[in-house]
Amino acid sequence: MSAVSGTEEILATDNLSAYYGPRKAVGNVSMAFRRKAVTALIGPSGCGKTTLLRCFNRIHELSFDARVEGRVLLESQDIYAGDVDPMAIRRRIGMVFQRPNPFPTLSIMDNTMAYGGRGLNSRQRIETAERALHAAALWDEVKDKLRSSPLRLSGGQQQRLCIARAVAAEPEVLLMDEPTASLDPIATAVIEELMSSLAEKFTIVAVTHNMQQAARVSDVTAFMLADETGTGRLIEVDDTAKLFTKPSDRRTEDYITGRFG
Amino acid sequence: MALGCAALAAGALLIILGYVVVQGIGAVNWTFLTQLPHPVGVPGGGVGNGILGSLIIIGIATAMAIPIGLLTGIYLALFGRGPVPEALRFLSDVLSGVPSIAIGLFAYAVLVAPFKHFSAFSASFAFMMLMLPLLVRTSEQAIRSVPQTVREGALALGMSNFRATVRIVIPTAMPAIITALLLAIARVTGETAPLLFTAFGSQFWETNPSNPMAELSLQVFTYAISPYPSWQAQAWGGALVLIVAVFVLSLGARLMLSRAMRGLNR
Repeated sequence: MSAVSGTEEILATDNLSAYYGPRKAVGNVSMAFRRKAVTALIGPSGCGKTTLLRCFNRIHELSFDARVEGRVLLESQDIYAGDVDPMAIRRRIGMVFQRPNPFPTLSIMDNTMAYGGRGLNSRQRIETAERALHAAALWDEVKDKLRSSPLRLSGGQQQRLCIARAVAAEPEVLLMDEPTASLDPIATAVIEELMSSLAEKFTIVAVTHNMQQAARVSDVTAFMLADETGTGRLIEVDDTAKLFTKPSDRRTEDYITGRFG
Repeated sequence: MALGCAALAAGALLIILGYVVVQGIGAVNWTFLTQLPHPVGVPGGGVGNGILGSLIIIGIATAMAIPIGLLTGIYLALFGRGPVPEALRFLSDVLSGVPSIAIGLFAYAVLVAPFKHFSAFSASFAFMMLMLPLLVRTSEQAIRSVPQTVREGALALGMSNFRATVRIVIPTAMPAIITALLLAIARVTGETAPLLFTAFGSQFWETNPSNPMAELSLQVFTYAISPYPSWQAQAWGGALVLIVAVFVLSLGARLMLSRAMRGLNR
């Protein structure tokens, strides 16, 4: 393991395992995430990359019979420590899901501000929403229909609204679970561009099964693979440029050269 | 084969509808909808007090069934595992299978016999019992059908479970819940059996729920079994009004449901 060290790290895992009932979906992952970088989690389907991502904001434990072992450190604080409030963690670590999931009954404006915006007056709310929608490159397309339903937006626009909704809360880390999986190539290109600009302000951890996407948008790439028992293991993590040109593990090389997966 | 059966079912429905319309349309006019019944032999008169009674009885039943039914449905949807929810579901299924006359008898036993007095409220109680299983199971289904990703999206923003449920999940399920409510109201609008020994019927403009009260389907029953042709004609008119009311409720339910589907499928 290389590429990350010291105060450059914002998020780290320590011997992290995730279970669904008796099934170990992710096994003994220890890695760190560089501040204000885009880290891509790649690997074939079923390698546990989405499950790993869902451990970072304590969403994994919401699934039936799911549990986590080991530690996840956010600024050196274990988010699974007994006295930690998962809601407070989720305000610091935002998430964008695989399929756009705007809240159907809230307007575009209310979706953007759905995190709450406690203590803001109405003008500050509008400013916060505008800033978030700008950050998600959506403002120009929705500025005249902030009160209308998000369901009238295209899939790509809905996903950018979900990004705006996440960044409005100004999290420190933004988790993205295959954010372009359900989008067409043009909408995908827009989101990929957005990821690079968002990385100026946030630390991004993105799951993707698309190696080209990982190569285009990420600074660091982590490669995962399920072992013979179906448990996802971290095989290798390195600077994206190095991992895709000179991987140090044979299995990584096989995967990126298309020999399997 | 299937098409033939479908045509048979649709045909039977159309024949019934057509027959009621043909028989009833002559009796229905403004006087019929707004006046008290007249004694046999006196021409005119209507079922105005029955329509008012139906609205009062069903209104009270709905007002009682909504909080109990929806809260139970929400409880089952959110904490649906374990012996208590399973028992609730089972009881609800059993209740939905109990004949309405038995439910009327139960209402009679607990709310009429002890007071030695028929009352509209006892009818509302019986109707509530008929609406509950429908409301409980359909509102549970409605909340469960809200995609998990919507719920997770709310929780991932740091919302509490309670806030995510109240502000995001229940509003998303609301069109389907209202559909269920309209269907439950339509279901009891057509009920007569429990009224026979609860609301009992009345010849007056009765608005006090602790007294016997007229009710439209009950009036249809009384008029239909009477030997007088003028009352029998009015029974057809009342039946037509009932069918139209149920039709409008079902149509409203349909519209709400299609709205709900549009909201969720994207």
